[in-house]
Amino acid sequence: MHKKFIRWITFISTLILLLIITFLVGLSTGEIDISIFEIPKILIGKEGIEYTIISQIRLPRLLLGIAVGGGLSLSGAILQGIYRNPLVEPYTLGISGGAAFGVAIAIVFALPLAFGSFILPVAGFLGAFITIFLVYFLGLRQGEINVNNMLLIGVMISFVSSAAMMLLMAVTTSENLHSIIFWMMGSLDEPKMSLIALTLTISVITFILSLFFSRPLNALRIGETNAKHLGINTVASIRILFIIASLLAGACVAAAGVIGFVGLVIPHLIRIIAGSDYRILLPGSFLGGGIFLIICDTIARTIISPNELPIGVITGIAGGIMFIVILSRSKSNFKMS
Amino acid sequence: MPAFLKIDDFSCGYEKFVLKHINFKMERGELTGIVGPNGSGKTTLFRGITGELEAKEGSVSLNEKTLQSMSFKEKAKHLAVVSQHITATDIKVEDYVLMGRLPHRKKFQFFETPHDYRIAYEYMKLTNVYHLKDKFMSKISGGEQQLANIARALTQQPELLLLDEPTSHLDITHQVQILNLIQKLNQEMQLSVLMIIHDLNLAGEYCDYLIMLNDGKIHRKGLPEEVLNYKDIEDVYKTVVVVKENPVSKKPAVFLVSEKILSNEKSS
Repeated sequence: MHKKFIRWITFISTLILLLIITFLVGLSTGEIDISIFEIPKILIGKEGIEYTIISQIRLPRLLLGIAVGGGLSLSGAILQGIYRNPLVEPYTLGISGGAAFGVAIAIVFALPLAFGSFILPVAGFLGAFITIFLVYFLGLRQGEINVNNMLLIGVMISFVSSAAMMLLMAVTTSENLHSIIFWMMGSLDEPKMSLIALTLTISVITFILSLFFSRPLNALRIGETNAKHLGINTVASIRILFIIASLLAGACVAAAGVIGFVGLVIPHLIRIIAGSDYRILLPGSFLGGGIFLIICDTIARTIISPNELPIGVITGIAGGIMFIVILSRSKSNFKMS
Repeated sequence: MPAFLKIDDFSCGYEKFVLKHINFKMERGELTGIVGPNGSGKTTLFRGITGELEAKEGSVSLNEKTLQSMSFKEKAKHLAVVSQHITATDIKVEDYVLMGRLPHRKKFQFFETPHDYRIAYEYMKLTNVYHLKDKFMSKISGGEQQLANIARALTQQPELLLLDEPTSHLDITHQVQILNLIQKLNQEMQLSVLMIIHDLNLAGEYCDYLIMLNDGKIHRKGLPEEVLNYKDIEDVYKTVVVVKENPVSKKPAVFLVSEKILSNEKSS
């Protein structure tokens, strides 16, 4: 076997191992520390306060962490690939702005009181979906996809929706204002198991689906025209990839609120460590995003325990510093393909 | 005998520029050059042949099969394009060349086979970029990038190679190196080559046949000595030239004359 493939397998195995370790550490740490070695016994015993803590509080949170972290990071990797722009992430395209705006409308019009709290993720997803729809169709030019056009429209929609949201925040009650801000800061604390299961399913299915698009994504690294000459139906590939990546981001934002940085930083880290081949970049980003978000969440809920920091604070600070350190130390010239 | 490449009453183009009723044939193993001034439709013709631009009229067929009826993948197995603009990225030369195997990969095949590597290495050695295989495309020179580009196209194992100004922006060492390579591929591998070439002297020296485009139409086609004559060149390029025979190769050579000398000639 070629040494490149051996390197990739080693890399992926390391990431899986890291994911298992962070997952176990996440299960064991918190307000009440539980020894990692006792976890199997507790899970088999199915009783006691420790079992409740693990199965009802920590496990769902960790699963949502994998779904959202992996999903956002994967979405970022795909979008950077089709736009061939290193600064694109799910949020650059206005997906989070749209979702936040949807949630803000729901809160201001007191929809959760009428329909129950499940309406918030639904409104978030609808907001994201409408944004994706607008970016896609306004980005078409004479029936053809124009990626630069789409990018600009996404950025503009992002501005418009954040302005509209500020308008809502300015006129609403302070109670609603608090709910909006709280949602925007993002959190993996999600009581509804069904929503977690749904997010995890969407995330994993999109991940598997995306692997089949590693070929067009790789070909796009050398430009759209050259990719066409290599037999890639670039128009169809870009269309499908855009839709799956942005819907995935929409689902993640709807479930966990706005958690910045994961979609931008993790794919770049994987690029620096393992290279830009999408066959390694996609699984690497998915696993790396999950690991990163689990670590950040564990820090967020333990550092000022019993209180909890918004996870976005940790992802921003930890991710940013880590990225700068690695970037300045890496010898290879960092370039986006 | 049916033609290898047949461009039949082919029209394509954009809103403001249209290529009109192009007709020509190419036999297998020919090296044909397309010449013509900027804006004459050379690149438009290329984009029409590759299918980037839709045909408004007529057809392009390879081995009696129209390219319009082929899938992207099928087309890429028959026809490889070396474009003028190389997207120099953080991709290693080896991986860049291996991309040429993409059209040959099976549906659920994620990894390159040893066979893919063998072919890529063979063409990297032939184009003299094998020693650069672990370097990044963005770190090698323009001439080396162009060679890697050709290696990538050859790795597709096409029947027809399309080259869009393969020697632009290169010094004469690399120009000659690349054209010699193309000529060698053409002769030794019977690879059919269609290339856009700006330099009339190089076009005359290396190509078996030339097609001169002007204003979206074929102005003249034929052997280099038929196409490269001062009358046609002056008509198409609106430039005064002198055409002589290259004393060694016996091919037509085109000389330019400056305006100052021209006015001196006239007054004397």
